[in-house]
Amino acid sequence: MDLIRRLLLLVAWIAASPASAQDKFIVVASTTSTEQSGLFGHILPVFQKKTGIQVRVVALGTGQALDLARRGDADVVFVHARSAEEKFLAEGHGVKRFPVMYNDFVLIGPQSDPAQIRGGKDILEALRKIKTAGAPFVSRGDRSGTHMAELALWKIANIDIEKEKGPWYRDTGQGMGPALNAAAAMDGYILADRGTWISFKNRGNLAIAVEGDKQLFNQYGIMLVNPLKHPNVKKDLGQAFVDWVISPDGQKAIADYKIGGEQLFFPNAK
Amino acid sequence: MSEALSAALALLVGLDSRLVEIVLLSLRVSLSAVAIAALLGLPLGAAIAVSRFPGRQAVIVVLNALMGLPPVVVGLLVYLLLSRAGPLGALGILFTPSAMVFAQSILILPIVAALSRQAIEDAWREYEEQLRSLGAGRMSAALTLLWDTRFSLLTTILAGFGRAAAEVGAVMIVGGNIDGVTRVMTTTIALETSKGDLPLALGLGMILIAIVIAVNAAAHLTRELAQRRYG
Amino acid sequence: MSNGPILPLRLADVSFAAGGRTIIDRISLEIETGPSTIILGANGAGKSVLMRLMHGLLKPSSDRIDWYAPERPGAPRKQAMVFQRPVMLRRSAYANVAYALKIAGIPEPQRGALVRDSLESVGLSHLARRSARVLSGGEQQRLALARAWALHPEVLFLDEPTASLDPSATREIESVIKAFDAAGTKVVMATHNLGQARRLGDEILFINQGRLVERAPVEQFFSKPQSAQAAAFIKGELPWT
Repeated sequence: MDLIRRLLLLVAWIAASPASAQDKFIVVASTTSTEQSGLFGHILPVFQKKTGIQVRVVALGTGQALDLARRGDADVVFVHARSAEEKFLAEGHGVKRFPVMYNDFVLIGPQSDPAQIRGGKDILEALRKIKTAGAPFVSRGDRSGTHMAELALWKIANIDIEKEKGPWYRDTGQGMGPALNAAAAMDGYILADRGTWISFKNRGNLAIAVEGDKQLFNQYGIMLVNPLKHPNVKKDLGQAFVDWVISPDGQKAIADYKIGGEQLFFPNAK
Repeated sequence: MSEALSAALALLVGLDSRLVEIVLLSLRVSLSAVAIAALLGLPLGAAIAVSRFPGRQAVIVVLNALMGLPPVVVGLLVYLLLSRAGPLGALGILFTPSAMVFAQSILILPIVAALSRQAIEDAWREYEEQLRSLGAGRMSAALTLLWDTRFSLLTTILAGFGRAAAEVGAVMIVGGNIDGVTRVMTTTIALETSKGDLPLALGLGMILIAIVIAVNAAAHLTRELAQRRYG
Repeated sequence: MSNGPILPLRLADVSFAAGGRTIIDRISLEIETGPSTIILGANGAGKSVLMRLMHGLLKPSSDRIDWYAPERPGAPRKQAMVFQRPVMLRRSAYANVAYALKIAGIPEPQRGALVRDSLESVGLSHLARRSARVLSGGEQQRLALARAWALHPEVLFLDEPTASLDPSATREIESVIKAFDAAGTKVVMATHNLGQARRLGDEILFINQGRLVERAPVEQFFSKPQSAQAAAFIKGELPWT
């Protein structure tokens, strides 16, 4: 049959075309903040040029990124939730955790500032006021590093958010960007990482309400997925990437990434 | 909206090489998925159309219902299959275009099979006595009908292509939206939306729609010309 | 091909019911090789169903239909049928006839000559390359005859082949049928048209309400019908068309 012959030819053509010319590659499970802020777009070409290794980044929330690695679907994880990372290590899925860089979280809110917290330096005080005022607060709700940081802050502020959240607390279950879009649409407060905030375009009425509290410190770490547990892990290529990121070269590349003159991430590998 | 339009125009005029790459990958993935779905779905639809077996009605109902498969569910299932910890993990194709083709093929197979089943069954009603009179068996009748309903089946295949080109849920999960490797039109649109660059996202959306319209127009024209000729 | 003739065809007390309604009611008859047989009757008398039972498209609800030498499944058929409305495949006139030969298992190199002969015999050689579905009704019916005739079947069933055609197309079809008859094919044709029955038939099987009422040579049937129903039918149909 002519029709079937043509379809077969099409399939053959597709199968013959290379999936990707690059065969030296690793998969890095990382977070939306690093990918969407454009950091990877800046540093990965430097790494690839030097080593010939292509880095394929799958950007998810920290929790999902770690789960991906738990199934053996990534070679390296590059995330920002220390306690979750340590749990991952303790389970034997990771080899060793290296601190890479930090930036900070910022509390974003509408210009109208219904909770009267603008310009403050105390994040815990600000969260308490938001709750008291019942002002809309948008939570990521997706087990991402930012979400885990938010939950930790409520806890330190002595608020049991699971019990005390009301209709003002909007659990979106989305990535950083979509959650910011939601906050812009409903004039709500939201905790964001500074990198994503700087590169975010649809700000509407939103602006930084609280920043500079040392509780808002946001540390990123990198780990090679344990090849003993997951034999498919590309141990040498993955290790090469980990080594480079914490090397002076890698750290310089991170420091060099700026948007509008503003540095987004501050290297602090030891 | 006008901002989106100018973003779309700027992308087109600039003929950004990365955009071209993304568009080509989208077409390659979705067309491959359509080809595979057609290769399996058309014979399956034809076989169901001309055969009679117990439970046939149930099969048809299920097949029709599967046309509405949520892409995210398909993505998740294929992810679990292709994950290193899954049964097909050894293939190592997770987060590659092959995985995306795999997921989209599954997504649109029921569309191609169900719609072709309908088209061929309608034709079978018209042709059955004649073909049986000539001595054609069911399987050879099914092949004859596949060829004779080729113009209707083109529409069936287009429906599958439209669904594949438009979905984001499945390719996002099994492709991972990796820059330069598995980033297609729809995942780019999702990404730009989450970065808050709504005009760019909408501009990309317009280009996607334009491509789908162009493919459909080409198919429609072919069909019209052929139908005028073959009746 | 299996050897030897498949005729005579024997029906013994054959009935057919559908949806609780008896359409063919205990018909027994024998169709022999030779002169053409016309199945005559009013619309709804059961002519088409009777033909389909004979041709094997329908299975009788009770009792038997036996060919002298049944066709083997998968072997080329020794009988063919032309329907009131021809079903043309979406391809050329030539390819429609070739398709029938392919289904019959005729090897490709032998098909060309057979197709050309067959198209020639119905006067359609000049339209061989034309798409079958864009031909006129009369041309399509002639093509259907060519397709049925391509293998020179022993028996040719015709179910009201001219019922949807105008008089000039009808004349062309009738002359083709006469030629096939003269070439030795047993023609079994259903019609409600008395003129056509006279022009083409050698014997008449008169069917009324699913029952075989009368079987007689043409002249005798029209001049001295034995049954009241046949007499009324002949009268009612005047003037002959």
